[in-house]
Amino acid sequence: MRAAVIVLPGSNCDHDAFYVLSQVLGVPTDLLWHEDVGAHGHTPLLQYDLIILPGGFSYGDYLRAGAIARFSPAILALSDYLARGCGLVLGICNGFQILTEAGLLPGALARNITRQFICQTVRLRVENADTPLTSALQTGEEIELPIAHDQGRYVVAPNGLAELKRNRQVLLTYAGENPNGSEEAIAGICDPKRRVFGLMPHPERNTELLLGNGDGLRLLRGLKQT
Amino acid sequence: MPAKLARPSAETLAAGTRQGLTPAELARIVEILGREPGELELGLFALNWSEHCSYKSSKHFLRKLPSESPRVLQGPGENAGVIQLDDELAVAFKVESHNHPSAVEPFNGAATGIGGIIRDILGMGARPIALLDSLRFGEPNVGAHRNTPVLDLLRGVVAGIAHYGNCVGVPTVGGELYFDDAYADDPLVNVLCVGLLHQRGERGLQPYGAVASGVGNVILLVGASTGRDGIHGATFASEELVGEKEAKRPNVQVGDPFKAKLLIEATLEACNVGARRAVPLRGQAQDLPLLIGLQDLGAGGLSTALPEMAARGGVGIELQLEKIPLRTRPMTPYEILLSESQERMVLCVPTGSELRFSRIFHKWGLEAAVIGRVIAEKSFIIRQEQHLLAQVPIEGLAGGPPPPDCALAAPDVVGAGLVPALASPAPASPQPAWEKPADWQARLLALLAAPGIGSRRPIYQQYDHTVQINTVVGPGAGDAAVLRIKDTPYGLVLTIDGNGRYGALDPYQGGAIAVCEAARNLVAVGAEPLGITDGLNFADPNDPEVYWAFAQAIQGLADAAQALEIPFVSGNVSFYNQSVRRKIPPTPIVGMVGLLRDINKRVPMGFQAPGDLIYRIGRARGGIGGSEFLKLFYGRGEAFVPNASPLLDKVELAFESRLLQAMRALAQQGLIRSAHDISEGGLLVTLAESALAGGRGAELDLDGRSEAELFGEWQSRFIVSVAPEAADSVARLLGERELPWACLGRVVPEPLLSLIGAHDHHHTSLHLDELRQAHEQALEGFFA
Amino acid sequence: MSGYLVKVLVEPRPGLLDPEGQAIERAIQELGLPEAHETSVGKLISFKLPGGSLEEVRERANWIGQKLLANPVIERFSLEVEAL
Repeated sequence: MRAAVIVLPGSNCDHDAFYVLSQVLGVPTDLLWHEDVGAHGHTPLLQYDLIILPGGFSYGDYLRAGAIARFSPAILALSDYLARGCGLVLGICNGFQILTEAGLLPGALARNITRQFICQTVRLRVENADTPLTSALQTGEEIELPIAHDQGRYVVAPNGLAELKRNRQVLLTYAGENPNGSEEAIAGICDPKRRVFGLMPHPERNTELLLGNGDGLRLLRGLKQT
Repeated sequence: MPAKLARPSAETLAAGTRQGLTPAELARIVEILGREPGELELGLFALNWSEHCSYKSSKHFLRKLPSESPRVLQGPGENAGVIQLDDELAVAFKVESHNHPSAVEPFNGAATGIGGIIRDILGMGARPIALLDSLRFGEPNVGAHRNTPVLDLLRGVVAGIAHYGNCVGVPTVGGELYFDDAYADDPLVNVLCVGLLHQRGERGLQPYGAVASGVGNVILLVGASTGRDGIHGATFASEELVGEKEAKRPNVQVGDPFKAKLLIEATLEACNVGARRAVPLRGQAQDLPLLIGLQDLGAGGLSTALPEMAARGGVGIELQLEKIPLRTRPMTPYEILLSESQERMVLCVPTGSELRFSRIFHKWGLEAAVIGRVIAEKSFIIRQEQHLLAQVPIEGLAGGPPPPDCALAAPDVVGAGLVPALASPAPASPQPAWEKPADWQARLLALLAAPGIGSRRPIYQQYDHTVQINTVVGPGAGDAAVLRIKDTPYGLVLTIDGNGRYGALDPYQGGAIAVCEAARNLVAVGAEPLGITDGLNFADPNDPEVYWAFAQAIQGLADAAQALEIPFVSGNVSFYNQSVRRKIPPTPIVGMVGLLRDINKRVPMGFQAPGDLIYRIGRARGGIGGSEFLKLFYGRGEAFVPNASPLLDKVELAFESRLLQAMRALAQQGLIRSAHDISEGGLLVTLAESALAGGRGAELDLDGRSEAELFGEWQSRFIVSVAPEAADSVARLLGERELPWACLGRVVPEPLLSLIGAHDHHHTSLHLDELRQAHEQALEGFFA
Repeated sequence: MSGYLVKVLVEPRPGLLDPEGQAIERAIQELGLPEAHETSVGKLISFKLPGGSLEEVRERANWIGQKLLANPVIERFSLEVEAL
């Protein structure tokens, strides 16, 4: 297995994702500058089994979080990557925002209902363990992961929500308090084909016992096993 | 040196006075130049000789601060201090204030404060890994109205810190916050940034610095383009805030944390590339590393940054103004030179390598322009096209102005001039009210819910404190923040402390206690204190009493650092924190960095296991002046009982040093299960905090004790918990070191904090849920 | 200089929760306009385009509004084009 972490201008969890994948999970991983990928770049994405869009403030979150990044060469190349290969894409926090802006995942992430950035550890319920990302977990179990975002309120049109539920695309929901006012407390979803994943919580921030209970590692291990 | 009297012309005097220069300084300028200064030259002197840049009123005293230790790689005088951890790792750190800009425009003022200190750390070639903030505001007085001016300021400052710090990806891992009306007109925003330096090839661990050298070498301006931001910010920082704040607004810069993040990555890439040796050029072996020096553009912009670099290198710099990328046109030479546009740095690189470095910044979407060269003549020469606009000796600019004539005078009643409430003497009472047995439950709940003590969660949850995945103990979770250093067993332990109430009572003690308190916080975690950075916040130094207090505070800082053997490596002085109505109390703030050799040996703050014994280690009694308790229950004036009063506690430095060494020994030998220093709120608040942090109750043999005993804030004390089997070893260690201690009780499985009478076994309790609720509500509604 | 000034007004879609709008509405009401309602917060994005016909400029502005400036899941936009 080989993974790539896409570095966009303003990414700030790129090194974290790289460290966790390569050092904690032991997956050979490259940090890829977003312009070195795609039609004019020299690094084809197809050589990777997993593409991570890390957290951060790509393009300063200006306009809307992810709105400008979706036009980056690396993000534009994702459609081709998904059409031609069989690899997976995981967007964490800002990565999730980019995936919705790019139309690779349904819905949008609006400003938190509190109108404040929220950084805290939250409890999450696993809604569907039958996907590559959640395969190491059990449906219905609760895990702990940190969140750190200003625009994490998941919003989706009513028919879109029905479709998400029908396809069992909701992966994680906030258990207990819904910190950002997300629709149905949704914290993470996938596409109907279970190849594109978006999470507002940061699994990479809880993979070592020094920093937490390691639930993030249990989650990410699922990707390695598939 | 008896200088001949130079007489500036009437025009120079008028123009110079407008820029804040004194007649004596103007005379010196004419003497240095041997002629009248031009407009641009006058601006150069005004900036370089401002209090903010030249430390003219403070540097004489700052020399008293001890700054030596075998670990010091870079002491005071650079953009930041650097302390070596081992052969491969060092930490750079510094405190910087952004008080005046935050008073005028809290959001942008605080945000650019973060940006500035981050660039200081970057200037040493270190990656910023943590931020801590020290904030002071007036009393919030939250009643029916949630839009008090104080809350508006607080919200703006917190939002600005969050905006910038979160986006730039540097975790805010700790801080402190005090409220007092003395800060109502002049809030304080001091920020500590810590960076990590890895060894770089042949350069090893040597930090970069703000230096230009090598005649013919290139000055590269990188980052954002230059606009009309914050012209005269440095001179502004050196003025009292008088009159309408609206009129000051154009001075405040706007930060762009997105660009700052790009600048961090690009600059670190340049530092890595720059650590390699230059390729021999035309057969001539160059023995210079590629990157010679770098400097952030802060107060005064290019006008102060370039002379500083030239002074360090013993060279001159010739600047071509038309080469500077501008954001707005037209700009006058004066505006270009003095612009404080954010997110800019200056690099000095060998001629021939400019393209190589420019490419790095262009890749990150930043500007990079060759704006000047190093010259042999030790002058700062400024040209626009062929026109010579300024030519000033570097030594004249960087050497600072003639020392100002500030007088020192101890006030009759210390603090009376600083805090008006002190003017009325404290009521003399043979049996002060606080010597009566405490109604401890009501008092404790009220203290925990006080804005000065309660949980800071509503603030720190707005800050990203977990990015960079190093935060092992974050805000609110311990006496100090603990960061792991990846690929090492180390824990880096960080704190920032300073209590202005103590400073008002006795500025010497304010300084000494700030050092001791910071050291206690590190030692409570089990760390060895390595170095200090100070933020000195005072009113107008031309006021003899303020200047006296400044000298006293420095002496206190110096004596404590000497006693505890911790060097000062960097710092910041902020004067003129006063309005027409009031002055801030002397507020020395200490940022301290410590090391845990084995992060797994860190000591938590909370009680761990039922049955563990709870000890107080340190002094049994002391003065309670300046305590949160007096302030809350006996009025603000009583909190500031003048220094003549025996109520004011004085830290005994030799004792403190013994205490801290003993605490470190206890941690290293694994004899204690938890430790928490006794500070604001006193003994019972500390015990409650340990109970809450560990989620464990405690039974304490403290029933019937006086308010002063339970809530007094005297110095040099810790609460620790000890497993019963370690009790003998702890007693032996403390006995050998002649340290007083007492067993106060034990940790219990029930979630109750109970006080038990020694004789009648009378039992009063509070449930931990009640304590938590009180603690959590302290700042409730402040950010709604 | 000839050309056009394009102003794109981006607003939250009606009916969508607008926490910023609600907070501002509360302040407006408290400060003396208690009857204020349906407050919403959007943004104004303006840029200049040279030459072309008004029709053509409107079309191009509309295109960039859909593609970049507004997210149709949560926002809608309107255009104003002014000849310079």
